[in-house]
Amino acid sequence: MPVTPHPEGGRSWQRHTPRGRIAIWFGWLIAVAFTVFCWRVMTQGTIWAFVWDAPTQAADIGARMVPPRWSYFPALIKPLWDTLNIATLGTLAAIALSVPVAFLAARNTTPSAAFVRPAALFLIVASRSINSIIWALLLVAILGPGVLAGIVAIALRSIGFIGKLLYEAIEEIDEAQVEAIRATGASGAQTLAYGIVPQIMPAFAGITVFRWDINIRESTVLGLVGAGGIGLNLESSLNTLAWPQVTLILLVILATVVASEWVSAKVRHAII
Amino acid sequence: MSANPAPARRWRPLPFIANPWLRYALLAGAALYLALALGSIEVNWARLSDGWARGLRFVSGFLEPNFSRRWDDIVQGMIESLTMTVTSTVAGIAISVPIGIGAARNLVPRPVYFLCRAIIAVSRSLQEIIVAILLVAMVGFGPFAGFLTLSFATIGFLSKLLAEDIEDIDPAPVEAIRATGAPWPSLIAFAVLPQVAPRLLGLSLYRLDINFRESAVVGIVGAGGIGATLNTAIDRYEFDSAAAILILIIAIVMASEYVSGLIRGRVK
Repeated sequence: MPVTPHPEGGRSWQRHTPRGRIAIWFGWLIAVAFTVFCWRVMTQGTIWAFVWDAPTQAADIGARMVPPRWSYFPALIKPLWDTLNIATLGTLAAIALSVPVAFLAARNTTPSAAFVRPAALFLIVASRSINSIIWALLLVAILGPGVLAGIVAIALRSIGFIGKLLYEAIEEIDEAQVEAIRATGASGAQTLAYGIVPQIMPAFAGITVFRWDINIRESTVLGLVGAGGIGLNLESSLNTLAWPQVTLILLVILATVVASEWVSAKVRHAII
Repeated sequence: MSANPAPARRWRPLPFIANPWLRYALLAGAALYLALALGSIEVNWARLSDGWARGLRFVSGFLEPNFSRRWDDIVQGMIESLTMTVTSTVAGIAISVPIGIGAARNLVPRPVYFLCRAIIAVSRSLQEIIVAILLVAMVGFGPFAGFLTLSFATIGFLSKLLAEDIEDIDPAPVEAIRATGAPWPSLIAFAVLPQVAPRLLGLSLYRLDINFRESAVVGIVGAGGIGATLNTAIDRYEFDSAAAILILIIAIVMASEYVSGLIRGRVK
């Protein structure tokens, strides 16, 4: 504990030793220098006149955005239904695909820790690294625009999320129960069904509902790249500079997101 | 002595939902929803069979990615994405720490608490890509719009988790520091921040990761970064270049997860 005695009497207390202070100071110096360097590189091409003009632009757009065009709402009901379907069916497809992946990735259930587990882990990382909008961009090019591309995009992105959380839950189970089931002479499948599945069921339900909530949020914007749902209306309204419609769509998206968050909180509360 | 032996009963696991009426109603509702939802999807089978060949080309592109055709664009996009990630994470942290402290119920007066919670709610409920569209319209194309978007998104994430963490701290050190007569800033610096610092570091590293992934998205709407390059590659059906970019993104995300795992392990 660095305590400095003063020549004229009395002592002062400090949190770090002098060596520690220098190390911390250098750490901050490097961090700040690196950030400034990144900032310089990033803003090389920035046209500052546009940036300084932003408040005027913001005020201009803001003035065009109010009031929202309420009469546009009936046209949004079908897209909302599509959005809900993209999220729900995508989540269901992701469950079907991610459960086997999770069992292959968990250290205690994988058939081969040397070969299968790394492959399953790579699948999970690959799915997680790529945002659903990018999956949608790819799938629209492959499958054509529409709801189907959105569903597959949501499913592909969710495999990594559900798979990762689920395999961590599987690794944390109580082995004693599995041992007890196995001791009764249960087969591999029976051990899975009566020893492991009941233990991960609450976690699984929670994870799924959580991901469904995120998927509702993400499926509202998938239409921006052509993958169906309310985002398609957002895209066309933005392209035609119909700002009052944009406002209404943003409000509807906001309401949807809040509603899905409420539903998922309720369901998770009921389950756990 | 010999009563009839009780008929063999088959044991069944307890149902997940105890009330049978609720259980069957939920099942029926789910079946009805599935039928309606699947019925409302329009699938264009002709387009799908066209797409099959493209899908195969994409898969083969993944096996033989083409890094060279768009190498200059890829480097430029990656530099934009990475610098955008670093600057927006730093700016996001700098703004989130005060807001996070302000949103902790146990440290600040009620009006400040509600103000900070409102800021967090706004930031969390707007998706990155929508914010990016609006900001591109305001400040023009390029990574600066992306920087603003990601900083804005970071605030909602980091402040919320930091505030929850501060609300969970051990009150004893706070009490002890307060008993010495320390002013409020010293209270934060010596009693609160040391308790949440390791977790703040972990969250910041996690957010750095998320920001990099999101930086690939904001480029699609013109806010700079690798997303623009990716968008061009996909629009021109150059699946081998697209695969190269996706492989780079996955590699960087894996590397950063590994490094942040190491750092978090050392700090704990």
